[in-house]
Amino acid sequence: MKNVPWLLIAGLVPLVGTALIAVVPRKSWVRGIALGTSLVTLAVVIAMATQFQIGGPDKFQFVTTYSWIPAFGVSFTLGVDGIGLVLVALAACLVPVVLIASWRDVEPPGSIKSYFGLMLVLQSMIIWVFSALDVFLFYLLFEAMLIPAYLLIGRFGGAQRSYAAMKFLLYSLFGGLIMLAALIGLYVASQTLLGNGTFDFQTLSSLQINTGLQNWLFLGFFLAFAIKAPLWPLHTWLPDAASEATPGTAVMLVALMDKVGTFGMIRYCLQLFPDASRTFAFTICILAVVSIVYGALVAIGQTDIMRLISYTSVSHFGFIIIGIFAFTTQGQTGSVFYMVAHGFSTAALFLIAGVMMARGKSRNIADYGGVFKVAPLLAGFVLIAGLSGLALPGMASFPGEFLVLVGSFLRYPVLAIIATVAIVLSAVYILWLYQRVATGEPRGVVTEKFGDLRSREVWVFVPIVAVMIALGVYPQAVTRVIEPAVQSTLDRVGAVNPEPTALKPAESTKETTP
Amino acid sequence: MNPMNYIYLSAALFSIGAFGVLFRRNAIVVFMCVELMLNAANLAFVTFARINGTLDGQVVAFFVMVVAAAEVVIGLAIIMSIFATRRSASIDEANLLRS
Amino acid sequence: METITAASGTTSLTWLLIALPLAGALILLGTGRVTNKWGHLLGVATIAGSFGVAVALWLNLLSKPSEDRAVRQFLFTWLDLGRFKVDVALQLDQLSMAFVLLITGVGLLIHIYAVGYMKGDDGRRRFFGYLNLFVAAMLLLVLADSYALLYIGWEGVGLASYLLIGYYQTRDTAGPAAKKAFVVNRVGDIGMSVAIMLMFAAFGTVTFQGVFEAAPGASSAMVTGIGLMLLLAACGKSAQFPLQSWLLDAMEGPTPVSALIHAATMVTAGVYLIARSNPIFDLAPTAQMAVIIVGLITLLAGGIIASAKDDIKKALAGSTMSAIGYMMLAVGLGPTGYVFAIAFLLAHGFFKAGLFLGAGSVMHGMNDQVNMRRFGGLRSVMAITTATFGLGYLAIIGIPPLAGYFTKDLIIESAMARNPIIGGLAVIGAGLTAFYMSRIFFMTFIGKKRWTEDVHPHESPWSMTVPMLVLAIGSVASGYLLMRDNTLEKWLEPVTGFVEPEGSLAPAVVTGISLAAVAVGIVAAILLYLRRDVPQVAPEKVSFLVLAARKDLFGDAFNEAVFMRPGQWLTRSLVWVDNKVIDGAVNGVAASLGGLSARARRIQTGYTRSYSLVMLSGALLVLVLLAIVGR
Repeated sequence: MKNVPWLLIAGLVPLVGTALIAVVPRKSWVRGIALGTSLVTLAVVIAMATQFQIGGPDKFQFVTTYSWIPAFGVSFTLGVDGIGLVLVALAACLVPVVLIASWRDVEPPGSIKSYFGLMLVLQSMIIWVFSALDVFLFYLLFEAMLIPAYLLIGRFGGAQRSYAAMKFLLYSLFGGLIMLAALIGLYVASQTLLGNGTFDFQTLSSLQINTGLQNWLFLGFFLAFAIKAPLWPLHTWLPDAASEATPGTAVMLVALMDKVGTFGMIRYCLQLFPDASRTFAFTICILAVVSIVYGALVAIGQTDIMRLISYTSVSHFGFIIIGIFAFTTQGQTGSVFYMVAHGFSTAALFLIAGVMMARGKSRNIADYGGVFKVAPLLAGFVLIAGLSGLALPGMASFPGEFLVLVGSFLRYPVLAIIATVAIVLSAVYILWLYQRVATGEPRGVVTEKFGDLRSREVWVFVPIVAVMIALGVYPQAVTRVIEPAVQSTLDRVGAVNPEPTALKPAESTKETTP
Repeated sequence: MNPMNYIYLSAALFSIGAFGVLFRRNAIVVFMCVELMLNAANLAFVTFARINGTLDGQVVAFFVMVVAAAEVVIGLAIIMSIFATRRSASIDEANLLRS
Repeated sequence: METITAASGTTSLTWLLIALPLAGALILLGTGRVTNKWGHLLGVATIAGSFGVAVALWLNLLSKPSEDRAVRQFLFTWLDLGRFKVDVALQLDQLSMAFVLLITGVGLLIHIYAVGYMKGDDGRRRFFGYLNLFVAAMLLLVLADSYALLYIGWEGVGLASYLLIGYYQTRDTAGPAAKKAFVVNRVGDIGMSVAIMLMFAAFGTVTFQGVFEAAPGASSAMVTGIGLMLLLAACGKSAQFPLQSWLLDAMEGPTPVSALIHAATMVTAGVYLIARSNPIFDLAPTAQMAVIIVGLITLLAGGIIASAKDDIKKALAGSTMSAIGYMMLAVGLGPTGYVFAIAFLLAHGFFKAGLFLGAGSVMHGMNDQVNMRRFGGLRSVMAITTATFGLGYLAIIGIPPLAGYFTKDLIIESAMARNPIIGGLAVIGAGLTAFYMSRIFFMTFIGKKRWTEDVHPHESPWSMTVPMLVLAIGSVASGYLLMRDNTLEKWLEPVTGFVEPEGSLAPAVVTGISLAAVAVGIVAAILLYLRRDVPQVAPEKVSFLVLAARKDLFGDAFNEAVFMRPGQWLTRSLVWVDNKVIDGAVNGVAASLGGLSARARRIQTGYTRSYSLVMLSGALLVLVLLAIVGR
């Protein structure tokens, strides 16, 4: 079992599924094949996760290497640490759910084959991008992901889909271009320092690049990740893309692809350029706090359900980013946990909004009202998804947000206190949304014919809610996987957790709980 | 004979060709003028080869001939198909690439 | 500092206290219509089970020496990151035991009452699911062994409160009221979050024990900061000034909810929080003073608001605010007050729950009307309700020897011992209490009938009256039982400490003063509401004070003017900024690039001959340049 190339298989399975979908003669088989493939992927990832040694001797596990372009020191290397593992698992868990939820998103004359095929291609790329251990491979996948995403938005979205898709593509390509320049700079730097250039992450992450160059390279990488994440003020592509895309695509986009941005910050910005990371940390944390408060305030003012959810994500990504750059064990572990939790809670929000929009044929919040009376189950899931979005204790987002706040407070108390304002604002945007959509007498597009959730739809939300509650009640199951990776990242950055201020040094080593 | 006379002839042929390309509308005539310019260049190449006593110019002239032959094939085919669809060989009407 | 031992034997059942109602909530909310028929019975059964466990635990604690009563039951590790370690572990000590008995006991009675009250309501199963969820969360709140775990229960009760206030989902007023309660509570939660962050930054731990052991080593600014943040949290949950405005709107919920959550238990969580954090507050006199001031303001404001409301539930809600103000005042007094605060809290749990259930019983008989101007003379048709409500009324205003006399009077004595001004204001509050409670009682049960024509008042079924009777007995006897031979002082002393208040005035004199104030209040009410006819429509021409009180002392108007409107303006303008400025810049860059290329495209005319001309000119230009440069 030790030498099974788990990650390679996990990424290949969806590609095989795509190939099958392309050649299958009957369109009615497409959905089944897609779902089956994604379930096989999930099984592979679960099998892999059981083999993972928490805090094992190797930082990266399941490493597989294939020589690719030896002349440039490029190889096809896959492997994960705890952070990569949970994100790969997130991708594997969400896609089957998204596929079930998207069952009826595309009807002929739309091409079912390309919709589900592209979804699987995207999944494959996302799994590999989280497990790439070669910076060139990462860059390639980072950019290649745009193609299926562009097609998914541009071909299957709402009225403004071309505009949204083009904006998304150009914005991301711009970031990618800057990153490419930095990537070449990194290669040259490695050539100068090592004699022969390489893109191997593990080699590069032990280099000592001179500080001035580090700053420029850091900014190149960071800009691409900040656009992807997205960080204020580079966020405006997200509401357009997510609201024009189908709900399923929006989930792939916001819950999975955007995580590559924050993942990239931890993996590449921090570990390749530790000195530059320390230099820019405070500025980035300020931008993150602006994101948190700004995203929440703008979310309150939205009239479009999908845009509202998108802006809540801007706010949540702010939490993730401040946690990463606070450089404390609690903050960064919280951030990674929040990435996973946000994946599920945003998926729940987008998908339940999608279910509602499939019935009401409108994205405008004002068109809805009184859903509870005609569809109590639907309204109930809107509320549960929303409560997870506002980080209610007992739901997955809470441990993430709480750890981020506690961890950031140790480094930047004022910023953390400003960020806590978001806990009020999040209650306002979620509960106001619920109030407008679900309470009162039915009005607008909500009529007797609206219809409650069908059993297929229930099976979309039951697993998500179960996972969200499980993570909220027992977060330690995931944080213990993440923590060793975070610790090694912080060691690389050279950050030490601040000691409690009110304890004497001798006392501070003592165990405080009985 | 003074080789420079061939150069003068070549220049005269090239100018006639350029004038024809600029001022005639009929695609066939324009095409002929292009050929004229190419041949003027050939003449110049050969003359220079003679003046310098090397074979370089003659070799290049062969290249030009080959390119001219290929160009004739493709160019005439394009003109034919434009004529077939538009019933006209005027090059001013064939501005489809503009917007 | 008390010692805490690991749970064993009977005390290892502690987890069942929470698990039973939680399981009930999950079953009731998760199963759907299947459990509609018997769901409410399951809801009652889980609470009854929980109450049974609570009594068993209480007897077990009683059998131990008072220093060794506290136990801790470890369940599992919630988070363990570096120094940040939070266990899901329950701490059962004398303070939490008192709350557990109150929550499960009163909770059980109210569950039974709700079986009758909610009969015929479509969503009765859902209602009991929410109630069970509330009880589970509230028990987690009082049994938590760390601030982080307490925070989870804290938000859990907030959620249950939100769900129950908004229970009548199709009413247009319920949604906003529920949202308001949750949002205002979250403002308080900022305090809770910041307090926890401060504790972790200062002490490296968030468990009660760890924090309390380390607190003396912290700077006074730090403990004051923590104290003030905890006070903010308490203000949100307990509807204290300046976060009081949600409680009156919360009366949108069904009456059993108002009785259980918004009178007897959840709103006292703030008092619990401060009493629990006594080692911190004892080190922070400034924070304690702030608690006293908040308590005083709220107890007077609540009384004034209650005196002007015609809606029986809102009048009682104002009274709840005022009563919790007394409790806050008492916990602010420090070791001389903690025990009295808890005593009043427990007694208040009985009589306020009883009063609300009585109000519910009246509404039940009066087609859900709440306007007291259309009540009157109900004692003739609702004998049991009148009797139980009357006992609650006498208890709350502090008539000896009922519960209020033994408990509230001690708070006033303790306040008077601290400072005559604080004590004096508390006495005025007692007079106000007597006035508005008499007003409620007279307008509802005595005087002429002012009923609307379509009502046929009748006594409620036994499932409603029995809980009311039990609570009435509690209202009568609880004060004496708690205070006899200093029972409660001895019980709580290991957790909260106790110091006998020593003032310049003798206790008997203080009692006399406050009884005089009560008498004044009653007489005023008699003159205004018994001797004179009560108009069926609220008079328009009233003094400014009455007008202000009817508008909740402009609390909502203030919030609207200072937070809501500027907030709406801010979000609207930020949306504009986002669309026009930030996204405008992005689109602007795109548009200007597009414009540039459109201009560049003009050069491409499509005319072959113009291209050749350009080529020729270019070639000539190159030749000329060569000629010049070559020279």
